[in-house]
Amino acid sequence: MKALEFRRNIPRYAAARLAGSFTPGRGSGVGPMRLVDADLPELPNQDWEIVKPRLSGICGSDLATIDGKSARYFEPLVSFPFIPGHEVVGDLQDGTRVVLEPVLGCVSRNLEPLCRPCQDGQLGNCEYVTFGDIGPGIQTGSCHDTGGGWSVAFAAHKSQLHPIEENLSDEAAVMVEPTACGVHAALNIGIDSEGTVTVIGSGTLGLVTISALRSYFPDVKILATARYPHQRSLAIDLGADIVVAPNEIKRAVRRMTKSRAISLSTDAGNVDRLTGGSDVVIDCVGSSESITDALSVTRPRGKIVLVGMPSVVNLELTPLWHREIQLVGAYTYGTETLMDGSNARTFDLAIDLVESAKLDRLVSAIYPLNRYQDALEHAASAGRRGAVKVAFDLRSEKERDLL
Amino acid sequence: MKNEKNLAPRPGFVLDVDRTSPPVLFHHGDTFKLEKLPVGRSRVIYPPEPLEGLRDPDGAIRHALENPIGDSEPLSALLRPDMKLTIAFDDISLPLPPMRRPDIRQRIIEAVLDSAAEAGVDDVHLIAALAIHRRMTEDELRHAVGDRVYDAFAPSGRLYNHDAEDPDGMVVLGETPHGEDVQFSRRAAESDLVVYVNINLVSMDGGHKSTATGLSGYTGLRHHHNVHTMRNSTSFMDQENSELHASNWRMGKVIRDAGVKIFQIETTVNNNTFGRSGPLAVLQKREWEWSTRDRASFVAMQKGLDVMPSSARRQIFNAWEAPYEMTSVQAGEVEAVHKVTTENVYQQQIVEVEGQTDILTMGLPYISPYNVNSVMNPILVMCLGLGYFFNMYRGKPLVREGGVVIMSHPTPWEFHSVHHPSYIDFFEQVLADTTDPIEIERKYEKQFAEDEWYIHLYRNSYAYHGVHPFYMWYWGSHALEHLGRVIIVGGDSSAVQRLGFQSASTLPDALEMASDVVGPQPTITHMKNPPIFLADVK
Repeated sequence: MKALEFRRNIPRYAAARLAGSFTPGRGSGVGPMRLVDADLPELPNQDWEIVKPRLSGICGSDLATIDGKSARYFEPLVSFPFIPGHEVVGDLQDGTRVVLEPVLGCVSRNLEPLCRPCQDGQLGNCEYVTFGDIGPGIQTGSCHDTGGGWSVAFAAHKSQLHPIEENLSDEAAVMVEPTACGVHAALNIGIDSEGTVTVIGSGTLGLVTISALRSYFPDVKILATARYPHQRSLAIDLGADIVVAPNEIKRAVRRMTKSRAISLSTDAGNVDRLTGGSDVVIDCVGSSESITDALSVTRPRGKIVLVGMPSVVNLELTPLWHREIQLVGAYTYGTETLMDGSNARTFDLAIDLVESAKLDRLVSAIYPLNRYQDALEHAASAGRRGAVKVAFDLRSEKERDLL
Repeated sequence: MKNEKNLAPRPGFVLDVDRTSPPVLFHHGDTFKLEKLPVGRSRVIYPPEPLEGLRDPDGAIRHALENPIGDSEPLSALLRPDMKLTIAFDDISLPLPPMRRPDIRQRIIEAVLDSAAEAGVDDVHLIAALAIHRRMTEDELRHAVGDRVYDAFAPSGRLYNHDAEDPDGMVVLGETPHGEDVQFSRRAAESDLVVYVNINLVSMDGGHKSTATGLSGYTGLRHHHNVHTMRNSTSFMDQENSELHASNWRMGKVIRDAGVKIFQIETTVNNNTFGRSGPLAVLQKREWEWSTRDRASFVAMQKGLDVMPSSARRQIFNAWEAPYEMTSVQAGEVEAVHKVTTENVYQQQIVEVEGQTDILTMGLPYISPYNVNSVMNPILVMCLGLGYFFNMYRGKPLVREGGVVIMSHPTPWEFHSVHHPSYIDFFEQVLADTTDPIEIERKYEKQFAEDEWYIHLYRNSYAYHGVHPFYMWYWGSHALEHLGRVIIVGGDSSAVQRLGFQSASTLPDALEMASDVVGPQPTITHMKNPPIFLADVK
C-alpha cells in the first residue's frame, strides 16, 4: 500500500531542518519521510474500520514536522514510524463517504473510565493519548498503529468518523477538520456578542477562523492581517471588516479600537504601544513575531488565543503581566457551548459552516501522492504562490480498488 | 503699491520641441532628470522670468497700511488703546520654499506692531493661521515673524499657533445660505480688529480664504474641503470658476456680518525661486540658454546628489531658502485687496497656451505646501501633481479629458511620523481599500477626523490633523475624474500601485504606456514648473 512514512532518523531530521530553513517544504526531499509500500494497518478491534482517503490535506503542523521545526514536546506523544495526514475525507469499505475527526481520545483507545476531558466531550484535551489499545499519538497521522491520511488506507475508530451528505464535495469535506479548529477558537474567545477581535494570519486557519467568527458573532468587529492579495480578498469575503498587512497591525488596531498610541522615541506619531487594544487576538501563525504582535495589540485584561501551533518562541512577557492579558491555546475541537447555551459537536458545526461559507474554495491545489515533494513545497509556500489549502488526491490510486 | 521700475523680464514661453531642442530638465523629487521629448508633437511651457521686486518693501508696506483699498480706513485710524487686536498670518505652507530672511510676514507684522504701539494698543495676539496644518515650531515661527517679535510675544503666550480643536478656543459664527457652518477662532472673533498678513504665492491663496479657512477647523472646513467642491472648482486657481472660493466668500460674508472687522494685508512675490545666480540658478534658466558653466554646475550637482543618501539630499534642499522678492503689497477691505493681489499674481505667473494636450508631463520637485522640513510622502506626491500642478490653469485643463498625466518623482513609501501620522494610516488602510474619493469621503473621513489620538497629536505635537490626508486626496479629485490614466516615472512601484497609478521606469516607457489610452503619436505638453506658472488655456 502506497504511503508517505515518517521515521525517527536524527541525521535526516537535521538535514530536513537545514533544507527547510532555506526553502520551506524542502525537508520532504532530504528528511526522514519517504514514499513506501506499507502494510495495511491491523484493526485493533471490531470498532475500527479501514478508511480509504479521497483527499487528504496538508496542514501547517505537518509542514513543521517535515521541515524539522516541530517542538520536542511531541516526541513522547507520537509513535514512529507514522504516516501523516489528519485532514481527511475518505470512503469506508462499504462505500460510505466520511470525514475523519482525527483526535485519538479515550474512546478510540478503548479506555474505561474515560478521562475527565473526554467525559466532558473535550476530546482534544484527552489526558491519555499515550495509553490504551494503540500506540502513542495525539491524532491519526501521528500514531504508528492507525496509519494516516497520506496513504491509500488507514485505520479509524468508528467514533472518529462522520458520514457526510452527498451534496458536500470532497473539496468541501477536506476542509471540515481545519474548519473545526477555527470554530473551536471562535467559540472560545470569551466575549459577548459585540467587541473587537484581531486575527493574525490569513492562511487556512486564519480564514476559517474569520469565517467562524463572522458566523457566530455577526456584530463583532474583525480585523485580520494578510500578507498576500488573495488572502486579503478571501478574508474580506469571509467576514473580516478590516484587513491589513502584518506590519500594519498596531496602527490598524489602534484605529479600530480608537485607542491612543505611545511612541518609544520622540517621534510622537509612531505606534509602539497602544493604550487600549483589541478585546481578543487570535494568533493563527504561532511565531515569536506573531505572539509579540498579539501581546502588543491586546487590551488590558484582554485575551490571546493561540490557534497556530507555536514551537519554541522568544517573547517578552512584560505586557502580559502588566496588562493582565490571558494567553490561552485552542487545540482541535470536541464539544462547544453555543451562545444560546446549547451544546454541539464541533465537527457538526464545522460541516455546516463549510457548506454555508463555501469553504471548498480554499482548496487551491491537489497532487497525487507520487508528487509529494511538489505538493509539500507548494503547501509550504502557499501564500506566496496564491494558494491556501493544498491536498493530496488519492481518488485515482489503483490500490484503492483492491482494498 | 507696485514697483514702477520695469526691466522687462521675459514673459512665459511655449517651446515647440524640434530636433535642435536640448533635453528638458525635469524635477524628480530631490534629484533631476534631463529628458528628450518626442520631436514634432511636444511642447514645453516655461514660466515667466521673475519680475523685479519692490525697491523699498518696508516703505511700500507703510504706504499700503495708510492707503487702504476698498471700504476701509487706514490702519492707524482703526487702532485705539483699549482695543483687542489680533494679527493672524499665513503659516509654514507659504511661500514655497521658505523665503530668505527677513520674511515678508516679519516686515509687515513689525510695521503693524509699530502702528499699534503708537496707538497705545496693549492687547495684541499673534496667531499662525494654520487651520488644521501642523503647528509651527519655534524656529519656524522665528523665521516667519522675526526674533524681535517672537521674543516680545511668545514667552507671554501672545504669539501662538491656531488650535482648531480647542473646545474653548473655537466658535461657530453662523451659517451661510448654503447651510455651511462658519467656525472661527474665538480670539479673532472677539477682537475689535483682525489684521491678516498674507503671502500670495498662487492665485488660490488669500481673500476670504485667509481667515475663513486659516482660522477655522473641521466643522467649517468640511463644507468646502470635500470632493464635490473640488470637482466643481475648475480650477481652484481660478477664483471666478472655483466653488472652493465661492464657499469661502460666503463664509467671509458671515464673518463680516457677525461683526468681525478684518484688515487684510496681501503681498505677492516674484518667481525668483532658485536665484538669478548661485548654486540652483540653473533650475530657472531655459535649457538652450545654459552656459558651459551652467552645464558644468548641473552635472556636478547631479553627480553629487546621485551619491548621497536621500536623507542627505533632503537635508540640503530643506535648507534652501528662496530669494523671493515682494512685488506688491496692498491692504484694506478683503475683497478689494484680493482683486488687486490676484492681478499681480497673474502678472507674474500667466502663460498663454493654445489648446489642450493628450499627455501632460510634470517633474515634481522635492517640496509641496505640506512637507516643509519634512518628507514628501506618496499622498503628497499625488496632491502636488494632480492637485496643484494639474489645477495650474485658467479656462480649461492643459490635458484633455481622458488624457494622461505623467509625473516624475521617486515617490518613496516613506512618511514623517511626527508630521503625518494619519497619512500613514490613510495610506495603509484607506488607499488599500479604495482610491475613489467619493467612497473615501463617505466611508472613512469622519473616523479620521474625530480620532482622539490624531487630535491629541495635532494639538500637542506637530502633526497635521487626522483628516488632512483626505483633503490632499480630494485636492486631486478633479484630475482623477478628468484623466484617463496617471503614470509615475521612477517611483517606488508598490507605493505607486497603492496610489492607484501605473509605474514606469523611464519617460519613454511611460509614453508608450500612455499610448494605450490616448492612441499613437499623441501630443505632449511638459510643465516646466517650478518656478510656478499658471496656464491660460485658450
